[in-house]
Amino acid sequence: MTTAISIPLEHVFFLAIILFLIGAFGVLVRRNIIFMLLSLEIMMNACGLAFVAAGARWAEPDGQIMFMFILALAAAEVAVALGLVVQLARRFETLDIDRAEELNG
Amino acid sequence: MSLSSLLFYVSAAVAITTAIMAVTRKNASHALIYLVVTLLSIAVIFFLLGAPFAAALEIVIYAGAIVVLFLFVVMMLNLGRSSVARESQWLRPGMWVLPAILSGVLFIVFGYTVLQTENSATIQGHVVPPKAVGITLFHKYLLGVELAGVLLLAALVGAFHLGRRYLEERRED
Repeated sequence: MTTAISIPLEHVFFLAIILFLIGAFGVLVRRNIIFMLLSLEIMMNACGLAFVAAGARWAEPDGQIMFMFILALAAAEVAVALGLVVQLARRFETLDIDRAEELNG
Repeated sequence: MSLSSLLFYVSAAVAITTAIMAVTRKNASHALIYLVVTLLSIAVIFFLLGAPFAAALEIVIYAGAIVVLFLFVVMMLNLGRSSVARESQWLRPGMWVLPAILSGVLFIVFGYTVLQTENSATIQGHVVPPKAVGITLFHKYLLGVELAGVLLLAALVGAFHLGRRYLEERRED
């Protein structure tokens, strides 16, 4: 069974690269921590897309399994990071990441 | 070009456009809605590549759970008009120039590496059904599943600890 698609693998990789770089650009430009986390999600999605494309090229399930591991990683990361966002908002009453530059408990 | 291949390029264009919108918006809720559209178009691409299980997970977990978690936090922190004004103050013109140049350089490097590969290949869209994914996941990658479980447990404990209020009370002593 196929989906009647016929595209070069490089095109999918280029899409993954572009999405990854958009995410990286977002992490570098934004100061609001919520937008930085959102950009990280875009970056992780791009990595997952590259894995799924490579798995689809050889018609093997391994690519999808790597995507599932990335998904578990993203879920864990978002849970902890949003807890940190809430703490940051409570203590400093801002979401500016530059305010959290001091490492004291 | 078949209709499916055309659909791939349309979804790719939608994903790139909405990702750019999501990264550059000033209002957090608008950015999250754009992110949902990005995730849905990536899910369409997964379907077209012959990975229906990954596509379903993308919709259920990414667009369904993770983005909703973001939305909960945005609503809890009550980010209103004042935060939009603060965002415009933070996003001064000219700040984006250096990151854009860095991203462009990285794009050239990545693109050169991808184009260098010799075994150029075409994706034919052979569907890998969820059954095959499940069998491989619980045989070959069983250790990985256990480790992912431990990671999620650690995240649960960490999120519970960070979400408690006593951390700020102790600070006031």
